[in-house]
Amino acid sequence: MKIEPIVGRYAHIGEHRIYFEEAGRGIPLVCLHTAGSDGRQYRAVLNDSSITKSYRVITFDMPWHGKSSPPAGWEKEDYRLTTGAYTGIIMEFIREMGLERPVVMGCSIGGRIVLDLALKHARELRALIGLQSGAFVERYYDAAWLDHPEVHGGRACGAVAYGLMSPLSPEKERWETVWHYMQGGPGVFTGDLYFYQVEGDIRSRIGAIDTSICPLYLLTGEYDYSASPRDTEAVAARVKGAKMTVMKGLGHFPMSENPEAFLGYLRPVLEEIRRA
Amino acid sequence: MNETFMLEVGDEQYLLKVTDGKLAVEKGPFVMRSWRFAIRASRESWEKFWQVAPAPGWHDLFALLRRGDVKFEGDQRVLMAYLLYVKLVLAAPRKA
Repeated sequence: MKIEPIVGRYAHIGEHRIYFEEAGRGIPLVCLHTAGSDGRQYRAVLNDSSITKSYRVITFDMPWHGKSSPPAGWEKEDYRLTTGAYTGIIMEFIREMGLERPVVMGCSIGGRIVLDLALKHARELRALIGLQSGAFVERYYDAAWLDHPEVHGGRACGAVAYGLMSPLSPEKERWETVWHYMQGGPGVFTGDLYFYQVEGDIRSRIGAIDTSICPLYLLTGEYDYSASPRDTEAVAARVKGAKMTVMKGLGHFPMSENPEAFLGYLRPVLEEIRRA
Repeated sequence: MNETFMLEVGDEQYLLKVTDGKLAVEKGPFVMRSWRFAIRASRESWEKFWQVAPAPGWHDLFALLRRGDVKFEGDQRVLMAYLLYVKLVLAAPRKA
């Protein structure tokens, strides 16, 4: 039998009961999951001893996601994520947990929100890592089908997530990633996509990001067609000092679809941040 | 799944009839056949999609949709309800 070093607990933050997992000691590294999924995506990072010897890796499930509860009264309204609510809960989590100048790494919607964090909270953060970052994604399919009484939400969300991965990633890890999507609550993925595809357009603001205050690293898998390398290049072109790497053979969920390949890209970035 | 859908590879038509998840393929041309939804793309697009190791942007049905290289017609609800099955069926020729 093997027991992983990851420990999971619940934190009561404002009106929210937030589930978080952590492993390691040192510089806090807060990991943000993708739309409609949860912190399980970062298991490989939490289990990587070469990272956890210098980093306290923490991932929390957003309200409505994973093992975090939706707030009281959730049944009275449709869930819709906004830039303000997203940045708000991340910074509240950081403050309430007493994390001093953490590194924040987010993927997809998390890769978008790190750009907002770079604009609004650069002085409170040590560095930002955007995975699959794009300043905006135009709708290319109707996300309303993912929350429809006559379409099984879990199956439809799983089908969307499946295609965003690289065909070169290991089958076992790809299907685990799909499983997380199949377990999301009704309307949660769609509610996150409201931020990603409608409200959270950050294109007009990213030119003001100052990487001399808080460094910004952008890692993007080449098989992602939602936030493609071209989308990340557009961000890097507008943000002076942003360091971009295209991750060969990876898709939209690098940390969970192919953990070994992803860690190969992440470790040098974390080492550079640690030495700075 | 118990549905019939149309696949078009350029000018060629294929009717895919699924009965309890089992697939039967009939090649056209057809005159007046019914289907619940149709998926149409050029032969060049499908050939790139069917590579054993497809290039980025050619590896998934929605990747083709994102680039504007595939058209969906008919009942989109049925397509979305069976999307994972349809994606896997369409990608099956890669193994051949």
